[in-house]
Amino acid sequence: MDRPNRRVFTETLLTLAKNDRRIIALASDSRGSATLNEFATELPEQFVEVGIAEQNLVGSAAGMAKCGKVPFACSPACFLSMRSIEQIKTDVAYSGANVRLIGISGGVSYGALGSTHHSLQDLAVMQAIPGITVILPADNRETAMLTRQLVDYPGPVYMRLGREAAPRVYDDNYRPAIGKGTLLLSGEDMTIVAMGELVRSALDAGYLLRQAGISCRVVALNTLKPLDTEILLTAARETGALLTVEEHSIYGGLGSRVAQLLGECGPVPLTVAGFPDEPLVTGNQEELFRHYGLDAAGLVEKAKELLRRKQTTRL
Amino acid sequence: MTLTELAQKALETRREVLRLIYRAGAGHIGGALSAVDLLVVLFYDVLNYRPEEPAWPMRDRFILSKGHSCEGYYVILADRGFFPREELASFMKYQSRLMGHPHPKVPGVEVATGSLGHGLSVATGMALAGKRDQLPYRVYCLLGDGELAEGSIWEAAIAAAHYGLDNLVCLIDCNGLQISGPTQQVMNTQPLAAKWEAFGWEVREIDGHDLQQIRQNLNQVPFTVGRPSLVIARTVKGKGISFMENDFHWHHKVPSREEYERAMKELEGVGPSEIGA
Repeated sequence: MDRPNRRVFTETLLTLAKNDRRIIALASDSRGSATLNEFATELPEQFVEVGIAEQNLVGSAAGMAKCGKVPFACSPACFLSMRSIEQIKTDVAYSGANVRLIGISGGVSYGALGSTHHSLQDLAVMQAIPGITVILPADNRETAMLTRQLVDYPGPVYMRLGREAAPRVYDDNYRPAIGKGTLLLSGEDMTIVAMGELVRSALDAGYLLRQAGISCRVVALNTLKPLDTEILLTAARETGALLTVEEHSIYGGLGSRVAQLLGECGPVPLTVAGFPDEPLVTGNQEELFRHYGLDAAGLVEKAKELLRRKQTTRL
Repeated sequence: MTLTELAQKALETRREVLRLIYRAGAGHIGGALSAVDLLVVLFYDVLNYRPEEPAWPMRDRFILSKGHSCEGYYVILADRGFFPREELASFMKYQSRLMGHPHPKVPGVEVATGSLGHGLSVATGMALAGKRDQLPYRVYCLLGDGELAEGSIWEAAIAAAHYGLDNLVCLIDCNGLQISGPTQQVMNTQPLAAKWEAFGWEVREIDGHDLQQIRQNLNQVPFTVGRPSLVIARTVKGKGISFMENDFHWHHKVPSREEYERAMKELEGVGPSEIGA
């Protein structure tokens, strides 16, 4: 049964931490949203509460990392990525402190709570900071396996997790690697490139397009930075059109990064699917995906429009 | 080290700070000079560390939260053997490790500072890690009084008291001036002692240029078991150079050749021939 990735993350972390005293979970009155209550109860000596103080959350985590701990600073992605961004830049990245920044309930997970609680700029700001690896797992299996890899990963990481149950993408043979994209569906007419919890919608769209007679490749990325440029450039070369899909502003995230890559290495028609540069309408996550055309049906429409452009564009 | 020897180190450090800034044509001289005596006592008398093994796990940690006052810090780290003294001549030069704000690529520097209000959180995390591992090291953090307007300082102050971090010692280089003028006019953070006491810290107020007072108080930490210790050190911005003292324009002004020579003479017995600019 599909469960929220944040829940899978904390269960995995608790299992790991029981055998590794270096692991510390830090929360900013976020143990509920991060589902860290069990961790706090079972391993109080490896749990740190800082209260509603995200700057101190990240600064303290950096200090603990510098003393040999493996800190996981867990806070809603919207606050972690904005309120403490200078501590992330200076205390964590620039100082070389191996902090794992866990952005809980990222993107529009909080839905109708509104823009204060959405994190649609986090990828933009994180990927502009030298040295930070930016990770977005798609489903439960990927979340659990990447969490395990984070313990001894050399360098700071921002990992964004969603709030709702994440639909399954991968089978039991899948072995994710940080920085490595996955070919989910073969195709020749175009490629959908998706990240995080929109990978499932992208894959569904790929199947729908196939039914409509369009050979659509689907590529999943669990890491925005470093970017798997090889899988992207191969897709661009072989399919000639890319549709990027992200739960993020259309500025500064996956689409922007891919546009930069294509500008450097040879352009093909590109559509960037994400949230527009305006305040969002009210709605839950599912409603917002549908409204902004990020559900499978919306992606199918964008894919068809992209194919029309591919056929008429001369680059 | 005797008080006389400490005083000699303080004087030498001030001379070297002046030389560094004059040669580089940049730096923050006022706050560097106000912090010298605190740094000298810390690094020559209080802190437990191994220059040949900067990452020694049992070392006391020091964080210069007011990272712009790095000149005296660099001079002392070099003198203590963390890196060659000759490297000081590269201060703020192309490709030097010695930037205008400290970075851990300089041996002895724990974390990068320079954006104000960050140091105490990092120090709190270090002290908390030490407590959790039951290690005997202490963590010392030097703040400026101007940076107390940063809210993050107070987030850390609350947490340090909440966790009873009596292995954490915070010092405030309270020179009363910041880049735009007197701190009390720019943003009044007084009464400092009452504020920090209310936040759960044990507070001592001292003369930040009286080496004996500094040493005596730092040797008595923790001031109360179970509480973090705070030293409010009353200092003089530009201390040691008469025409710089208590003048906020010297926050980051660079002395002219004439000013440099006058200042060097004030810092005892250095003739123009020794001015290696």
